[in-house]
Amino acid sequence: MPQPRARNPAEPRWEHYSHGADVGIRGIGASLAQAFEGIGLALTAAVTDLANIAPAQRVEIHCAAPGPEDLLYEWVNALVYEMATKHLLFGQFKVQLTDSELSGEAWGEPLDTARHQPAVEVKGATYTDLSIAEGPPGTWTAQCIIDV
Amino acid sequence: MDLQGLQRVSATEWQIPATGDMRVPAVLYADSDLMADMDNKVREQLVNVTRLPGIVRAAYAMPDAHWGYGFPIGGVAAFDPEAGGIVSAGGVGFDISCGVRTLLTGLKRPQFLPVQHATANELSRAIPAGMGRGGRLQLSVEELTDALTGGARWAVDQGYGEAQDLQRIEEEGQILHAKPACVSPRAFARQLNEVGTLGSGNHYLEVQVVAEIHHEKAATALELARDDIVVSIHCGSRGLGHQIGTDYLRDMVRAAPGFGIRLPDRELACAPINSDLGQNYLGAMRAAANCALANRQVLTHLVRHSFRTLLPEAVIRVLYDVSHNICKEETHDVDGVPRRLFVHRKGATRAFGPGHPAVPASLRAVGQPVLIGGSMGTASFVLVGMESGEARAFSSACHGAGRSMSRTQAAKRWQGRQVVAQLAERGILIRSPSMRGVAEEAPEAYKSVERVVDAAEAAGLARKVARLEPLVCIKG
Repeated sequence: MPQPRARNPAEPRWEHYSHGADVGIRGIGASLAQAFEGIGLALTAAVTDLANIAPAQRVEIHCAAPGPEDLLYEWVNALVYEMATKHLLFGQFKVQLTDSELSGEAWGEPLDTARHQPAVEVKGATYTDLSIAEGPPGTWTAQCIIDV
Repeated sequence: MDLQGLQRVSATEWQIPATGDMRVPAVLYADSDLMADMDNKVREQLVNVTRLPGIVRAAYAMPDAHWGYGFPIGGVAAFDPEAGGIVSAGGVGFDISCGVRTLLTGLKRPQFLPVQHATANELSRAIPAGMGRGGRLQLSVEELTDALTGGARWAVDQGYGEAQDLQRIEEEGQILHAKPACVSPRAFARQLNEVGTLGSGNHYLEVQVVAEIHHEKAATALELARDDIVVSIHCGSRGLGHQIGTDYLRDMVRAAPGFGIRLPDRELACAPINSDLGQNYLGAMRAAANCALANRQVLTHLVRHSFRTLLPEAVIRVLYDVSHNICKEETHDVDGVPRRLFVHRKGATRAFGPGHPAVPASLRAVGQPVLIGGSMGTASFVLVGMESGEARAFSSACHGAGRSMSRTQAAKRWQGRQVVAQLAERGILIRSPSMRGVAEEAPEAYKSVERVVDAAEAAGLARKVARLEPLVCIKG
């Protein structure tokens, strides 16, 4: 069984925030790439409990876009696509970024409805509230609203 | 909502006059309580819509309007292609042609109650619901292409239903001018095993009882009487529509500067109707609408099959099928002149009044049925369009209750099992693969649908015909 790569010393963090009928997802990290990893966690957490996902399978994702915000849109939608077509849930992420390209890995396992109790199916990322920002030195956030 | 700057036109109509770069006024239909509860973002988003090129008459918000992306949910706006009008992927939304289909069963409540539990179990087994639960149909790309062109008509041709079903579906079950070639391979890949699936979130299939008749004449025309058992299906175009929304939203955001369109919000991404991108989106959107119609048709077939074993005396016919996330080319009277417009209804239902030629002949005297979904455990309504709706909002009405609480808050407040048990005590059986999903959809997380339909009627948009109460709810 493949194993995920070693994690960064500082783990990416994630949180949800409220938006009417849908869910705001936010990733926080020491770098923008880590914030992108965090938003992957927030995406999955909208569906199921992250603790229930074994890193049994790896999916590689490559995106290109004119800028980092567009890359965020592409990254979240690429994860939505992989979840939808391969019926996988992802619990760990690794992202490498340039200004216009993203290489990522997502680790997870096949959806087991009884065990994972998926609350919603994510339709896609939206541009609503989509932003990336550097806060206090060394703290990056990436966020957007997802349609569920 | 902050009501400052709004002019109250009547008890249920509020107007924001066009100022600055607004091309037309913004009009909201709601009573003062609904207005007070409405998010300020609805106002902000509606005003943004008035700034889009080619908008005609006004941007409208229905009584159930709430904060959406770009357009408010419950938003209506019409654009004239000859005046530089646009089509907006954000103005349709991700769940293209999401809608409601209601089926008559010919059964009365006393016939149904003895098999209520058995029906809940059977429908739960037969109707694929929830994330990752594929349908019984595994289509090839060629077969899906046919479905995207043929809609419910394709499904009936494949044996999923009866020819007479088509007479009670918008556009007789098939949206013309669909362009499957404008649908991406990714969108195809997301749909190959999703035709005939319910999805998740607020989508559902319910067995309902007619609890109250509000308008006898219209109810008679719709063949609805107190204690009748009906089935309502709320779902859309599944992964295909979601991916088309994603693809074209991105393409329109990137193309907008080239069209000289300044977007007040990226989510309002749009393209001129008379442009290649605009036409390609319309072709793909119509393909997704056909996908949704085929989807609801296959689900109808599954319902028929389930009822056949448990209640062989049931005769299942389509009452009506209406989409509430779509852009449609329609002719409307604007200042006495008929104009061909592209009407966006995002979380809003078309509601043609009596006599409109698009309404099936058997219903034309009373107007087009408007099917309003409640939330799990709460009432749904059947309305009909009113003639006055044409001048009020291009013949449009509300679509549902709208949330009053976010999913995150709801999941913290309620346990799914507790919600299921409480509803069972009230005689409503819930079947869902996800208890967290049930908690997020708890009835108390939604606004009162009664207030919304009362406001729609008072505003002259659509008339109440019947109130439906759930007996069985299959949730994704």
